[in-house]
Amino acid sequence: MSTVDWKNYEPVLIPDIKDLHKIDVYEKNGGYQALKSILTDKKKWADPKSVINEVKEANIRGRGGAGFNAGLKWSFMPPADGGARYLACNGDESEPGTFKDRKIFEYNPHVFIEGALIAAYAMEITTIYVYIRGEYLTYIKMMEKAIEDAYAKGYIGKKIFGSSFSVDFYVHSGAGAYICGEETSMLESLEGKRGYPRVKPPFPAQKGLWGRPTTINNIETLAHVTSVINRGAQWFKNIGAPTHPGPILYGISGHVNKPGVYELPSGVPVLDLINDVAGGIRNGKKLKAVIPGGSSTPVLRADQLDGITMDADSLRTVGSMLGTAGMVVMDEDTDMVDMLWRIAHFYHHESCGQCTPCREGTGWLEKVLLKIKNGEGEIRDLDLLLDVTTQMEGRTICALADAAAWPVRFTINRFRDEFEARCKKSVHALA
Amino acid sequence: MTYEFTTEDLKEIEKIKSRYPEVKPATLPVLWIAQKRFGHVDPDVQKLVAATLELPEAHVHGVASFYTQYYKEKKGKYVLDVCTCLSCQLCGGYDMLHYLEEKLEIKAGETSDDGLFTLNQVECLGACGYAPMLQITNDKYVNNLTHEKIDKLVDSLKKGEEPGYEKMEMPLRKNN
Repeated sequence: MSTVDWKNYEPVLIPDIKDLHKIDVYEKNGGYQALKSILTDKKKWADPKSVINEVKEANIRGRGGAGFNAGLKWSFMPPADGGARYLACNGDESEPGTFKDRKIFEYNPHVFIEGALIAAYAMEITTIYVYIRGEYLTYIKMMEKAIEDAYAKGYIGKKIFGSSFSVDFYVHSGAGAYICGEETSMLESLEGKRGYPRVKPPFPAQKGLWGRPTTINNIETLAHVTSVINRGAQWFKNIGAPTHPGPILYGISGHVNKPGVYELPSGVPVLDLINDVAGGIRNGKKLKAVIPGGSSTPVLRADQLDGITMDADSLRTVGSMLGTAGMVVMDEDTDMVDMLWRIAHFYHHESCGQCTPCREGTGWLEKVLLKIKNGEGEIRDLDLLLDVTTQMEGRTICALADAAAWPVRFTINRFRDEFEARCKKSVHALA
Repeated sequence: MTYEFTTEDLKEIEKIKSRYPEVKPATLPVLWIAQKRFGHVDPDVQKLVAATLELPEAHVHGVASFYTQYYKEKKGKYVLDVCTCLSCQLCGGYDMLHYLEEKLEIKAGETSDDGLFTLNQVECLGACGYAPMLQITNDKYVNNLTHEKIDKLVDSLKKGEEPGYEKMEMPLRKNN
């Protein structure tokens, strides 16, 4: 297996250019040329469909966690009928371990704005909303400023670049709810309601915001669109893992020397990311476990990581997922029972309460784990936990129940000794 | 108590309403404006928001109670939200929370007697690489906390000095 050449990769989303967040600097570095090209170069881009085809060809797998081909998602939009159509950009970024999109808001907001505008043109969208979690007040202000600047320069608004394409672009702030990162919950929140996920179908492309066709994309996904239009689908496909191509913003946190967000090709070996990119485990400790892509992705033991790379296919072979590529690294001193209880507490807190298996299930997971954490659990409680997870998965409107169940199931399965050691000894001696 | 929006607030609210095809979507942003103006959105403020937007009070209450960042009661002047979620837990978030509990002599969820501080334990704030961290009153993040950093922060807040935006430099991959 050939390894991905990540050492020579030059970042394109968050390159080391001073003041790139300012529109003048962004323009000097080729900014808004992709938008100009699709709107004015009719030889290259005959119609909006040609843009969708290019993006589909690039196979940008959604960076919000689901990993669905963005261009293919765009093609699900019904033909324009003259009414309103919406693009909702998902900057909720609430999955524990994930802190990548804020780097785009902070360092290169215009690459995202340009990508969103390209998406809007391709799908004949009339209004763009970017939903940003309320805690990111600083980044909300930065995005508002960036959008204002782009309006002033004529990149957003009426008849952009003299074409017939007009669009509006607004920021919508959340107010503290993890569930609003779920796409239909985000639509509810945008509509000014409690963030209860919707039953699908109808899918948002058919009936989204205010019953109109709507597409939802992650911030990083839309930022990649700009690069694809500038450099071509082939360029994108040649980077990283063939089945999950392109650059990825890896957020590395936990017990490493240099935590942070790094833009690298997909398919970087997990151990290279930890040891070379993030400077290894701090205090010279040994690696114990890794959560590869946000708290809901199944944890991996250190001994499972040899030859495993950061892309969906490779991680699947060891029973995990790429998720948001927000990697959480744990050293040898980590208490897996405590860690898992904290994740369960998070999902219990954030369950919207709409579906019984999730509302009750997340509560039971937390309670039973707390009992085990306090040394009052029994071995059979472990099987009770596993049993509860099977009754949650796939039985709810959205995926929060699954996201809560997976860490419990896989952490217990992969660190069972540690959990059993915390349980009370059986009173019945084995014969 | 009765509350009223200022003329500027009402102008801002009109601007917000123009961004959406109907009034309801203005609920969240107008609750934000109200919280900025009054410091909280207690039931009386919720009534004002409902009356201003001509929406049912039940709707506004439903929204306000769903989202954790809206304060449904009066809080301290500075609300310290300490993250203890996954990455922060691994990097000592609970230690920071307990240190603050001792220092401010309040438990998480409580407000100090002088009304200066409210201490909360919160879920992931999306600053995992800079753990442990806290957020001050829904605004500035204070990253990479230590006991010394907390001491300094509490001292300066007592003097009414709020910290500025802490820019997190991107780590350079190549050591040049």
